[in-house]
Amino acid sequence: MRKRPEHFRPIEYVMFSLVTLAVMCLCVCVGSVSIPLPETVRVIWSALTGQEQTSGLSNSIILSVRLPRVFCVALSGSALSLAGAAMQGLLKNPLADGSTLGVSSGASLGAVLAIALGVTIPGLPFSGTMVMAILFAFLSLLVILGLAYKLDYSLSTNTIILIGVIYSMFMSSLMSIVITFAADKIQSITFWTMGSLQNSSYKNAAILLVAFLLCGGVLFFHARELNAFAVGEDNARHVGVDVRRTKLTVLIMVSILIGVCVSIGGTISFVGLVTPHMVRMIVGPNHRRLLPASAFGGAVFLLLADLAARILLNPRELPIGVVTSLVGAVVFVFIFYQTRKN
Amino acid sequence: MLDVKELSVDIGRIVAHRGDRMLDVKELSVSYGSCTVVDRLSFHVSEGQWLMIVGPNGAGKSTVLNAVTQGVAYSGTVSLRGKDVKKISAAQRAKEVGVLAQNHFVGYEFTVEEVVRLGRYAYSSRVLAGRKDEDEKAVDDALALTGMEALRGQSVLKLSGGELQRTFLAQVFAQDPKLLLLDEPTNHLDLVYQKQVFELIAQWVKQPGRAVVSVVHDLSLAKAFGSDALLMSRGRLVAQGEIDEVLRPEHLDPVYHMDVCAWMREMLSQWKTME
Repeated sequence: MRKRPEHFRPIEYVMFSLVTLAVMCLCVCVGSVSIPLPETVRVIWSALTGQEQTSGLSNSIILSVRLPRVFCVALSGSALSLAGAAMQGLLKNPLADGSTLGVSSGASLGAVLAIALGVTIPGLPFSGTMVMAILFAFLSLLVILGLAYKLDYSLSTNTIILIGVIYSMFMSSLMSIVITFAADKIQSITFWTMGSLQNSSYKNAAILLVAFLLCGGVLFFHARELNAFAVGEDNARHVGVDVRRTKLTVLIMVSILIGVCVSIGGTISFVGLVTPHMVRMIVGPNHRRLLPASAFGGAVFLLLADLAARILLNPRELPIGVVTSLVGAVVFVFIFYQTRKN
Repeated sequence: MLDVKELSVDIGRIVAHRGDRMLDVKELSVSYGSCTVVDRLSFHVSEGQWLMIVGPNGAGKSTVLNAVTQGVAYSGTVSLRGKDVKKISAAQRAKEVGVLAQNHFVGYEFTVEEVVRLGRYAYSSRVLAGRKDEDEKAVDDALALTGMEALRGQSVLKLSGGELQRTFLAQVFAQDPKLLLLDEPTNHLDLVYQKQVFELIAQWVKQPGRAVVSVVHDLSLAKAFGSDALLMSRGRLVAQGEIDEVLRPEHLDPVYHMDVCAWMREMLSQWKTME
């Protein structure tokens, strides 16, 4: 018997923020070169207050390598988790996620096509990849859900996973075809498909932040609708949710979040699956609490995964997606087992 | 000893006054592909009525309810208090029409209270708005009425079938609709819960300005609680009117291809030796 508050309380915001900040500090300090915390704080403080920069090694490591990376990792984690939490609510399926549904693969194909064909939007470098990734993420969602509804109206776990697997395979074979035809671009494509936030910049972080705030905000304002969907789509319609509009809005927001993340960091699988699942165990399934908690949880999870990727095989670095997939696969089996048991 | 006949009058039979027209369905047709499920069906429901939609499996009974809540594409018109349902917002519709479905598969560990609170969705405008006393009262009353108060903090995944159905009944009570649609609400419930749910709804509909439309398989239940009936077969209307006029052998037997009354009597006679 539990009595849960309806909202994410201010004290919880403070606690989750503190944990996230602490993990961010840890990630800035630890690495192939460890920098003590006081030194880190001093460097960041002097940069923030605009004091004259000392040209030390720790200065450049922190400000031009680790800090932008930490920002990008944290924001990607938040965005992917939010997208996962929203989709799991909308589809009433705890295994729904950009990677399990095949949306990320779709977005990747879009990005690869953009690189291969040299799609650019005048005046906005990199935006071609991003717009194509978002567009393909949305189209993928439409195709996948369209197929799923046609085959099995209740959108059961098995159907979703099967379609996700098939769709991902289809997308990667299309991607291989594109790569074969764009031999001259193979280097930049391969580099990109490795999926890494190694070369993050403040600019990337800014783009992620804008997408996160906009889409996250819209999703947060749909928390009650998501609750209704999580209880059941028919029930949502019965209590007065505009089912069609909500679905479209949430799917567009999810596509933008996944598209932006994929175009910046490649496909990082399972973040949107693992975090909401763990967070749900702490704060419950109510999306008013789940969405903000997932955003924090996603940042923490991906930061730790990135840290592990950097230090486990030091001086070699693992791609971050490898670490999340290792954890994700285990959690996936665990959730699948639980849903089968129910 | 209570006389059985007296009891049945006590628990149901809303023959009271017929108020304003609430629901108007005209020439409703629904097709899935080339298969016509509901074929040019027209009927109306007024305040104070409890309309029982009966008929064999595949008659299109549930589809009629789905059309009212815009769950299927249809031709023809469905209007609520004179307004075309297609032209009013989902929230506006939910204030008028509530639904209690047959089965519920909740995916996550929501508490009973959280599910019941969803019934107030149509009334509260924004996500950040604080709780309104009015909403709180509606939720509390609904929980009390359905006897779910003690379980309000319980996870819905841990409830029995009867408790889960009562949770959703509380949700629809909290929603405070004027017209309640029931889709075989007690199909998989044991007798105790079946009785409870129907009695609660019989109480609910006695308030002025309310009406119920329900799809039922059990013709005895229909007779015990309904004021009117609509008999369907293969998507078409066979008979409609007051319940005792509709549920007669000349209407039922051709539709069910059997002597319905004889069967009912035989079933009841099984209990004779117990008296």
